[in-house]
Amino acid sequence: MTSHRIRALLTALAVSALVAATGCGGNDTTGAQTGASATAGATGTVNVFAAASLTETFTKLGKDFEAAHPGTRVKFNFAGSSALATQINQGAPADVFASAAPKNMATVTDAGNADGAPTTFVKNQLVIAVPKGNPNGVKDLADLTRPGVKVALCAEQVPCGAAAKKALDTGGVELTPVTLEQDVKAALSKVKLGEVDAALVYRTDAKAAAADVEGIEFPESAGAVNDYPIVALKGARNAAGAKAFVAYVLSDRGKAVLTEAGFQVP
Amino acid sequence: MTDTDAVVAGRPEGTPSRRGTPGRQVPAALLLPAVLGLMFLVLPLAGLLIRAPWATLPQRLATPGVLTALRLSLQCATLATLLCLALGVPLAWLLARVDFPGRRLVRALVTVPLVLPPVVGGVALLLVFGRRGLLGGWLDSTFGITLPFTTTGVVLAEAFVAMPFLIIAVEGALRGADRRYEEAAATLGAGRWTTFTHVTLPLVGPGIAAGAVLCWARALGEFGATITFAGNYPGTTQTMPLAVYLALETDLDAAIVLSLILLTVSVAILAGLRDRWISST
Repeated sequence: MTSHRIRALLTALAVSALVAATGCGGNDTTGAQTGASATAGATGTVNVFAAASLTETFTKLGKDFEAAHPGTRVKFNFAGSSALATQINQGAPADVFASAAPKNMATVTDAGNADGAPTTFVKNQLVIAVPKGNPNGVKDLADLTRPGVKVALCAEQVPCGAAAKKALDTGGVELTPVTLEQDVKAALSKVKLGEVDAALVYRTDAKAAAADVEGIEFPESAGAVNDYPIVALKGARNAAGAKAFVAYVLSDRGKAVLTEAGFQVP
Repeated sequence: MTDTDAVVAGRPEGTPSRRGTPGRQVPAALLLPAVLGLMFLVLPLAGLLIRAPWATLPQRLATPGVLTALRLSLQCATLATLLCLALGVPLAWLLARVDFPGRRLVRALVTVPLVLPPVVGGVALLLVFGRRGLLGGWLDSTFGITLPFTTTGVVLAEAFVAMPFLIIAVEGALRGADRRYEEAAATLGAGRWTTFTHVTLPLVGPGIAAGAVLCWARALGEFGATITFAGNYPGTTQTMPLAVYLALETDLDAAIVLSLILLTVSVAILAGLRDRWISST
């Protein structure tokens, strides 16, 4: 390669980078325009930011919603509630926010980004997840403190960890876990992989993993029920679609899908 | 050399730089992307610095657990780098100097941890070294050794992710090194081991140092494989990146402070090492 060719190549790269950058900007504006023109009725794309524990149920609800409202498309961004709250407050293009905890919803409402007050649409309760067949014979929280029983909890900073702490405090159980996982799915996967003997996870998560784990109900979890609030967002590009989707989640159809997965409806 | 001359042909001679090389105008086609690249890398750091809660910084630094996580991070990254040096340098030598069947395949396999999402790397480590893993089960039943959820597990996870950086750097250095010195040593009667320790190693010393620095930096920032394989428990497995991630769940300011501490310490250490060990040209 001669130097001239290298120089030409670099120039070409720089130019194409610029073109790409401007191209992206162009697409964004188009998206905003179509979003704005769709505010008349529930059509167009609805961007839903939902907690990771809603992945299975909301995917199903989204398909049902699209069928019930022809011309709509529901796009999901599933992640930890706090990450979603940060994204929304930093201006991510979201129309609806469904959080796994009121605390993360408060982050969004406090920043003035919600359109109206959030509604609690489901509650979720903790169970003790143990490997299929329950080889350690775990029956209640106290069994988790037995020597040799390795337990994974969620970190206190995430909703399932806060609920676990509350439940353990209620039961007066002092437990030293081997790990504090970053989310409920991570805690559950440690049970699935056999690295721990038990974990405190949501009933819905245990139910979704019924092939590998068993969920054991325990009384202390009643005092640590987690509320899931949902709200349409102020910055929604598709305000009508956002309202329609929230209404659909709160409808009887929505409730049926959610309860089937193990959620409790308020 | 002639290529470079051709590019700048016709330009007036600039003032000689301090290092003595004749100063030449930098071509805009290189300067522009270079500056853009620098901005792209540095702007996020500026974002952190601007957003940092400077007023509450001192009391946040004193938060219990911060120093524990920092110490654990530095210890584990250093141990992981030592492990990578002990295993990676010989592997790099093998790849660069010994012509064996399947060398290309082995070279490709070495880069697997680079391509693998770290979380998947963590799961893969569990499948081998976990309690029910291929080797982990045997380690547990024979020696009573369990690796997940231990500090050793952190070191292993970091070494797994960081070793390719060292191997690639050292192999590159070995291939670039003048082999005539090794041949001369051999003709003078030195065996392969003596040649390696007395000729090859000193020759590629800077390359090894550069690789070790890369490896250490990667290990220090490791998150996915660590949290998956070693879990997260303050004092034993919670390194700074894990602490940052969890702080992000509740308190953005705390996460920024933790990130800045990790950045400052690592940049200071790397800058210190660079001046001492790597010839700054």
